[in-house]
Amino acid sequence: MSESTRTVPRQPAPAGELTQADIDRRMAREREAYEKGLAEGAEPSHHPRRDYAPYRSSALRHPTQPPVAVDTRLDPEAAELSSPAFGDTDVTELDSDLTRQHQGEPLGERITVSGRLLDREGRPVRGQLIELWQANASGRYAHQRDQHPAPLDPNFTGVGRVLTGDDGSYAFTTIKPGAYPWRNHANAWRPAHIHFSLFGSAFTQRLVTQMYFPGDPLFAYDPILQSVTDEAARARLVAAYDHDLSRPERSLGYRWDIVLDGPAATWIEEGR
Amino acid sequence: MSTRTPHAPVPHAPTPSHTIGPFYGYALPFPGGPEAAPYAHPDTVTVHGRVLDGAGAPVPDALLEFWGPDADGQLPQQGGSLRRDPVTGGFLGRNGVDFTGFARVATDADGHWAIRTLRPGARGPHAPYLSVCVFARGLTHHLFTRVYVPGDSPATGTDPLLAALPPERRATLLATAEPHATYRFDLRLQGPDETVFLEFS
Repeated sequence: MSESTRTVPRQPAPAGELTQADIDRRMAREREAYEKGLAEGAEPSHHPRRDYAPYRSSALRHPTQPPVAVDTRLDPEAAELSSPAFGDTDVTELDSDLTRQHQGEPLGERITVSGRLLDREGRPVRGQLIELWQANASGRYAHQRDQHPAPLDPNFTGVGRVLTGDDGSYAFTTIKPGAYPWRNHANAWRPAHIHFSLFGSAFTQRLVTQMYFPGDPLFAYDPILQSVTDEAARARLVAAYDHDLSRPERSLGYRWDIVLDGPAATWIEEGR
Repeated sequence: MSTRTPHAPVPHAPTPSHTIGPFYGYALPFPGGPEAAPYAHPDTVTVHGRVLDGAGAPVPDALLEFWGPDADGQLPQQGGSLRRDPVTGGFLGRNGVDFTGFARVATDADGHWAIRTLRPGARGPHAPYLSVCVFARGLTHHLFTRVYVPGDSPATGTDPLLAALPPERRATLLATAEPHATYRFDLRLQGPDETVFLEFS
């Protein structure tokens, strides 16, 4: 990044650009419509709406036809009832410690994130791949297209992988990512988050999501988090600080359990 | 859940989905991701196409995943899609022998993608297909679909999904044969020719 780019002052919002107040009003309308539906007996929505207008990039990227239902109980040969497998060759030991992937220590607050990967019945998902990626402590991704004028960290890439244990457990060591601006509207900021990609025992259970940190003041302003209109569902995206997981003189501990949606063929008691 | 027995485990509420965002490109794609077919395998097919949005514009930041059986209809349980190199911290690529059934590919600036995998075999009552999972910036929750690959199988008449769709919707799931064992499959996220997307229960 050139010196000139770094010193450009923030531009005022161009005429016609949406403000945070505009987005807040739209998010409030969506929330009210959702809560009205609940009051009238609708089932809670666990997942975000695909046509969530306050997140402007969704406008042309959501289907308008309803999805076609596939009842897998009637279709045991559906390929989606099984999942790609990953093994020891797909992950190295260093992949789960994002603070040890370079010569030096990354800047920022060292943390661990750990928990369990479960299915809807609470059963562990064993030996499956979890991938994560995140911005550095300054809120900058090691991605060519991220032009946020915050420093890159030569000691932090922000990519990790791990296979879950027999009890579905996983653990990463990393640094706490920073919040960062984006261009959904004027003065739009993403709360600090870590992206997660998860495989289950069936391809139907595939999940990509984001984990947040407790107490972030940006939650209410963020149309990506608020695209999950159900309050209890949003809370499931927020990790818990767990002092018992903090390591003395070393790192702060967060706990986050992940529950995969979607049907699977069978559950194999003794693992794969 | 009134249909459950008292001793059945209580269902856990699922973790919500979120968009993959714009910056997964240095994290999720991996060398050899689109090359699922073992080297010089005689059943290799190329499947390619574009991802288009509701205005017909290319989607240059979508990630597609494919999961499907070998030519005998068998779904592998074989790791090694993204073999890591413990020496350099990079990737070794696939070993060129094992078939994992899994391919991952990001779209290019034209919204185009291509994978090479094994021609899927039919399973049960199904016409041969690859399962597809679509992720993109702006897409809050991934989309599932299927690419049906024409071949020797009696195919489309008896497939339970295809048979239930009106012809114009069914057509969005059928790849078009091109020369050299290549098949074309465009994905339209929105609009008049919108691809059929699936919800599994």
